[in-house]
Amino acid sequence: MGASSLIVLFFAAIAFSVGGISIAKIFVKGVKNPQKGQAYECGIPATGSPWHQFNVGYYLFALIFLIFDVELVFMYPWAVVVKQTGLTALIEILIFIFILFMGFLYAHKKGALKWM
Amino acid sequence: MFSLEGITNTVHEWLNNHFSPTLALLTEFVLVGVAAIALFALLGLGLVWMERKVAAVMQIRLGPNRVGPKGIFQTTADTLKLIMKEGLTPDGADKFLFNLAPYIVMIVAMLILAPIAFAKNFQIWDINIGVLYLSAVSSLSVIGVLMAGWASNNKYSLLGAMRSGAQIVSYELSAGLSVISIVVMTGSLSINDIILSQQNGWWIFKGHIPAFISFVIFIIAVTAETNRAPFDLAEAESELTAGFHTEYSGMKFALFFLAEYINIFIVCAIGATLFFGGWMPLHIGHWEGFNHVMDYIPSSIWFFGKTIGLIFLIMWFRWTFPRLRIDQLLNLEWKYLLPISMFNLILMTIVAIMGWHF
Repeated sequence: MGASSLIVLFFAAIAFSVGGISIAKIFVKGVKNPQKGQAYECGIPATGSPWHQFNVGYYLFALIFLIFDVELVFMYPWAVVVKQTGLTALIEILIFIFILFMGFLYAHKKGALKWM
Repeated sequence: MFSLEGITNTVHEWLNNHFSPTLALLTEFVLVGVAAIALFALLGLGLVWMERKVAAVMQIRLGPNRVGPKGIFQTTADTLKLIMKEGLTPDGADKFLFNLAPYIVMIVAMLILAPIAFAKNFQIWDINIGVLYLSAVSSLSVIGVLMAGWASNNKYSLLGAMRSGAQIVSYELSAGLSVISIVVMTGSLSINDIILSQQNGWWIFKGHIPAFISFVIFIIAVTAETNRAPFDLAEAESELTAGFHTEYSGMKFALFFLAEYINIFIVCAIGATLFFGGWMPLHIGHWEGFNHVMDYIPSSIWFFGKTIGLIFLIMWFRWTFPRLRIDQLLNLEWKYLLPISMFNLILMTIVAIMGWHF
């Protein structure tokens, strides 16, 4: 169907979600209660906001991921031509993965892959 | 003979004979949209029912058996219940992002359907970079999850979203590498070409041990990517209530729940396409008679059979392995799966260049 199918699927998803939520709105009669709007913390009143500094470990993994993911994108075009190119492609990817692996070992040595 | 391809061709011809081309095209767009929505609803209801039945079988109990024969309408009843529930927005929440997140998750789940081949010549869009498209769009779903967790203004939600983010991005690497190792064999990114290249045998059999290793890595990685047990840290109910969708209720929760099951279906469909030949029947080399007999089974049955088999495998994992801790989870990916899949990619390249595959 070509690229226009993406627009069709996009609007199908929106129609599905909007339809579901608005059908629910017709049936539901909400009762107002100040306690309903509180954040759920197993019954006790919530203390403090979660919107402040967070454990840096998650961000470290995201940063390393970013590097590896860019490398992964470079591999797609290589993977398509590898059979035609033959041995040259193998040598090139060996060099590529060797450099990548050195970077990986460096990150490992620096303790970036260690959880607190 | 009954086939999805025949039905679409008949509809296409009928529309073009009776209406102007523009109107026929518009009608086809609407039909595709309605079909996609119907597939969504059916898959959501069916897979939730299957999950509960599989869980019941694993634990030697009956599972849902009251609503309809074998409890098959149980999930429909659950959906009706969810429609009757009030969709709350917490007072402290970022209201715009909170309401936007379920839409994003749904749109991403719907967009991934585009290049998947459901049967022979039955594909919404045969895009020539299909595999790249799949990995690009499926990685967008993490945005919806992070958005939901952050906007809820709830500590459980934020913790769940952060865990989910770290987990999804980490496991995407090894999933991507095992996908690439199949692309090395086929030399094409198009889903249709990948399926056609398995005419004389599926890659899991043709590709020797490297293909099997990459299948194992792929199935582990997608289990983690869809937040399934044993990698369900993002919504570990014993520690985080419900993770990133703690604050969601009513239909918005239902959308998250539905998108989760659709994602399981989609990753299993990708696995079935890459390693088990998608709609391609079981063919063995030059056994013409055997191949001919296998061709009598419709291609859609092959595709859905393989996909549901893989979904069963993933559901089986849930009742077999205990949940991992976050540091164990990240160790598994970064210290074991990633180096193994890099090494496996080199093995696969050698097999492909030397022509050692069948």
